[in-house]
Amino acid sequence: MESSVQTLAPEQSSRLLASGLGWRRRSVNTVMMVLIAAAFVLAMIPLFSLVFEIAKRGIPGLSAEFFTEDARGAIGGAGGASHAIMGTLIITAVATVISVPIGIMAAIYLNEYGTGRLRRALTFFVDVMTGIPSIVAGLFAYALFEIFLGPGIRLGVMGSVALSLLMIPIVIRSAEEVLKIVPDHLREAAYALGTPKWKTITKIVLPTAFAGLVTGVMIAIARIVGETAPLLVTTGVVDSMNTDPFNGRMQNLAVYAYNEYRSPGVMKQASYDKAWAAALTLIAIVMILNIAARLVYRRYKTEIR
Amino acid sequence: MASVDTTTNAGQLLAAASGGRRRLGDRVFSRTAVLAAVTILVLLTGVAIFLLSEGFPALTASASELPEGKSFVDYVAPLAFGTVLAAALAALVAVPLAVAVALFITHVAPPRIALTLGYLVDLLAAIPSIIYGLWGIFVLGPAAVPVMKWLEEKLGFIPIFDGPASVTGRTMLVAGLVLAVMILPIVSAVAREAFAQTPRRLQEGAQALGATRWEMIRMTVLPFGRSSVISGAMLGLGRALGETMAVTIILSVSGAVTFNLISQANPSTIAANIALNFPESSGLAINALIATGLVLFAITMVTNMGARMIIARQNQE
Repeated sequence: MESSVQTLAPEQSSRLLASGLGWRRRSVNTVMMVLIAAAFVLAMIPLFSLVFEIAKRGIPGLSAEFFTEDARGAIGGAGGASHAIMGTLIITAVATVISVPIGIMAAIYLNEYGTGRLRRALTFFVDVMTGIPSIVAGLFAYALFEIFLGPGIRLGVMGSVALSLLMIPIVIRSAEEVLKIVPDHLREAAYALGTPKWKTITKIVLPTAFAGLVTGVMIAIARIVGETAPLLVTTGVVDSMNTDPFNGRMQNLAVYAYNEYRSPGVMKQASYDKAWAAALTLIAIVMILNIAARLVYRRYKTEIR
Repeated sequence: MASVDTTTNAGQLLAAASGGRRRLGDRVFSRTAVLAAVTILVLLTGVAIFLLSEGFPALTASASELPEGKSFVDYVAPLAFGTVLAAALAALVAVPLAVAVALFITHVAPPRIALTLGYLVDLLAAIPSIIYGLWGIFVLGPAAVPVMKWLEEKLGFIPIFDGPASVTGRTMLVAGLVLAVMILPIVSAVAREAFAQTPRRLQEGAQALGATRWEMIRMTVLPFGRSSVISGAMLGLGRALGETMAVTIILSVSGAVTFNLISQANPSTIAANIALNFPESSGLAINALIATGLVLFAITMVTNMGARMIIARQNQE
C-alpha cells in the first residue's frame, strides 16, 4: 500500500506502456474529467442560489426604518432591527476584546516561549477548542453565569463569553501561522544587538507579522459574527434597544432573523422579509470583513527577504 | 590600557544597569504569555466542570422529574441517533463531492483560475448557519418536495425512501443536504492541500508512461491524499454533528427513531433539541439539556480526535 504512494507499482507501469492510448482509456478519461467538472458545478449551485435568494428576498425588507428603529411595541410589520444590529456589534466587540489579547499572547507563548508539557497541553487543548460545537459554547457560558447569578440569567456579555470560546482558537491558529513565518534571522539580529527578548518580540516580531495578525483577527470576527446558537441560549430575545452588555437581555441579528422566521407576527410575509433583510445585513458584514481582511493583508504585509 | 579598562567598566555598568530592567521586562512579558496559555487551559477545565456540575442533576434525577417523563438515557438516545444520522448523511454526500471539487481545483482546472475557484469554495464556509437554515426551509425544501415524492413512488421499496413523502420539505434528507453543503468547504480544503502536495515526479512519471490525466490522478494523487481525505471527512463529520441552526430550522421533529429520510416524522438532533427547548425551559429541564450538550461534546471530541490522530500519524511518515 505504501509503495503505491512512493512510486508507481511495476505492473501499473508496464500496463500503461503496453496498452497504448486505446479508445477505452481515452473515453474513461473523458468521462471522469466531465464528472469532476460537473461535481464542481454542482457544488457551486448552492453558493449562487444562496447569494441570489438572499439578495432577492432580503432587499424588500430593507428600509431606513430597518436600520433606525427597534421593535418595541411594533405590530403589523412595523419596527426595525436597529437593536439587533447594535447588539451584534456590541456582543462581537466585547468578544473580540476578550479573545484577541488572550489569543495573540497564547500564540506568542506557543511560538516564542513554549516548551515541554505546557506547550503540548496547549496545542492539544486548542485542537479540542476548535471542535467545540457552538451550542455547547453557549451552554458553558450559561452554566458559568448561572452558578454566580442564578437560573434564567440572560446578558449580552454571556454571549460574548460564549463567542470568545469559539474565537480564541481561531485567533491562536492564525496568529501562530504568521508568527512562524517571521524569519529567525530577524530575531537573531536583534539579539546580537543586545535587544532583550520581550523587546525583540514587541518591536521586531509583532510589527513584521502585523498585517497577518490583523487579517487573522478580522477573519475570526467574520467567523463568529453570524453565530446564532450560542447567543440563543445566552443573550435572550428582546424587542428594545439595550446597549449595556452587563445588564439585561440583548438582541442580535442572527437571533433576530431566527425569531422573525420562527414566530412571525400577524403579517407573516413582513416578518419573513425582516428575517431575510437581517440575513442580508449579516452576510454584508461578513463579506466586508473578509474583503477588508484581504485588502489589509495585501496593503500592509511586510516583504520578507 | 586605562581607556580599555574604562570602556569595560562602562560596559559592565551599562549591562548591570540595563540588565536589571531587561530581566524585569522579560519576566513580565514571558509571564503574560504563560498566563494567556494557562487561562485557556483553565477556561477549558471550566467548561468541563461547569457543564458536568450543571448536567449532573439530570443524570441522577428520576424519570418522572425529567422532560417527557423518560430517564436521561431514554431521552438522549433518540437525539444521539438523529445527530449521527444527519451528520453521516451529510458526510456521505459531501465527501465524494469535496474530493471531486479538490481534484478539479488542483489538477483539472487551468492553474490560472484555480486560486479564484478556491476562494469561491471557501465562500461557502463564510456564510452563517442561520442563513443556511433559511435557505433550506424557503428554497431547497420546497424544491425537494417533488423529488421526494418521486423517490417515494419509484424507490419506496427501499426503507430510507419509505415515505409518506413530506409536502413541506422539512425532512432529514433536506437537512442532511444542507449540512453537506456546509461541511463541503472544510473537507475540500483539507483534500486540496494534500492533492496539491503530490510529488511532481510521481505525476510526471505517470504521464511520461503515457497515463491519461485520470489515470495519473487515480494512480498518484488519490493514493497520496487518501489519509488526508479521511481526516478531512472526519473533521467535516465533527462539524456536522455539532451544527445547530440549520437543523433546528429545517427539520420537522417527532422524536421517531427511523431511517426514513423523506417523511415528516424525524428524530431531532442533540444540538437542535437544545436550541428549540432551551429558551423556554427551567429547572431540571435545563440540567437535562446541558447534560445532552455534554453527550454531544463527547461525540464530537472523539470524532475530532480521530481526525487529528490520522493527521499526526501522517505527518510522522
